[in-house]
Amino acid sequence: MDRVAVIGASMTEFGQRDSWVMDLLAEAGEACLDDAGVAPHEVEHLYVSNMASGEFEGQTGVMNALAHDLDVLPAYSQRVDQTSSSGGAGIYAAWQSVASGASDMTLLVGGEKMTHRTTGEATDVIASITHPVEYKHGVTLPSFAGLTARHYLERYDAPRESLAKVAVKNHRNGLDNPHAQFQKEVDLETVMESPIVADPLRLYDFCPITDGSAALMFCPESVAEQYTDDYAVVTGVAGATDTHVVHEREDPTVMGGVVESGKQAYEMADLEPEDVDVAELHDMFTILEFLQMEGLGFAEPGSAWERVEAGETEIDGELPINTSGGLKSKGHPLGASGVAQGYEIYAQLVGEAGDRQVDADVGLACNVGGFGNCVITTIMEAAE
Amino acid sequence: MTMEAYRYEDGSITYPGHTIGPNGSEPVGTVDLSEYEAEVVTWTNSTATPPGVRQPNALAIVEFDVDGESVRAIGQLTTDDVETGETVRPVYVEELRDPEAGIKEPESQDWDGYRFEPV
Repeated sequence: MDRVAVIGASMTEFGQRDSWVMDLLAEAGEACLDDAGVAPHEVEHLYVSNMASGEFEGQTGVMNALAHDLDVLPAYSQRVDQTSSSGGAGIYAAWQSVASGASDMTLLVGGEKMTHRTTGEATDVIASITHPVEYKHGVTLPSFAGLTARHYLERYDAPRESLAKVAVKNHRNGLDNPHAQFQKEVDLETVMESPIVADPLRLYDFCPITDGSAALMFCPESVAEQYTDDYAVVTGVAGATDTHVVHEREDPTVMGGVVESGKQAYEMADLEPEDVDVAELHDMFTILEFLQMEGLGFAEPGSAWERVEAGETEIDGELPINTSGGLKSKGHPLGASGVAQGYEIYAQLVGEAGDRQVDADVGLACNVGGFGNCVITTIMEAAE
Repeated sequence: MTMEAYRYEDGSITYPGHTIGPNGSEPVGTVDLSEYEAEVVTWTNSTATPPGVRQPNALAIVEFDVDGESVRAIGQLTTDDVETGETVRPVYVEELRDPEAGIKEPESQDWDGYRFEPV
């Protein structure tokens, strides 16, 4: 089977944008066509990752609207919604479309417009994914993070500062990302003294609300070679689902979807966690970086905080994590985030990451929907 | 009003109930958890709450022991003065959040339930 290559990528500036969702999607989509050197009429499948444009701004049918706007007609088009992991699910859908032989050129664009809503309204749109017995109690994703962080810190006797160091690290990485929402360094004291949001977690333990879009272009490797010598190959991709009701999980510190999708992606790529050179993890909350490190085999259960304390996940460390600044610094426009993770891994593998460039041949992205409810893990390798 | 959990063929119990239970087993009965005490597994006090939710909103995951079978639930606390491992009991509340203020259709679900109060 021909392997699936990524031959182009783009992302808009993330942050508070004047543009609405269709403009954001078009901006990233057009830039990706340019980056890949692909003409609109060559696109055979178009996937649009988006969680809630209907709820946020009353815009539905985004896949058809974007297909027309980019003039990729009559390409097959489909919207992909898997909550916060819509972008990762879009990568999986795009990979399937090429790997199956259904498409020889697939464009994936992810995007979301959120900042025109108040924090409370945006939080409620996201919290509507919860079970009714959770929702009626006012349970939000940040509150799940607070509940889990307390359990983790108490159970493993981890210092509260270790979570803050994730925020400090990712903000420092975001300084070198021109697309990041926050290009601002924060120190440990600032994080530890910021307002409590869901104790023990504070403001700087949480990602912001963000507008933005990102895109990737997929094709068979045999086709990729007609466009460029510098491309990446998707060698592993898998998705898995955990319980809808979060408190029903046997171990609150284990995200089953992360474990299972990671296991399948490693098997498909015939790689081990030790083979990964750079990773983008879904740090919507700092505690999630710990849980994904452990679920993906980068650390033993209860020990991710030790690797962070040792500086091993810094950009010059043994395993750089979230060189883009992560969701924490780069921002989290729901449907775009998984695609933007793919953008960062692609950029690292083809040597286009600028000041954040690390030495990497294998990159992994883990995109989490809900509080670990749906997870997509993708492994890319640099073309030989 | 009860705090209804499902008991399944294999003896397991879940709250809330599901059409098909753990290990593919069918529901065979219900248990009213409001008649039991529970232990706090973890808790938080959330200050950034959505429209219609009290602020701050103290929440806990608690674990019941129903005849040797453990079952967990999540819910609001009556106080933020609580510790992990503390014993709590369910206390009925007519309206846990304002049904008119959030994104969900008010008629789509019920809004009463149980908060957990330290014993």
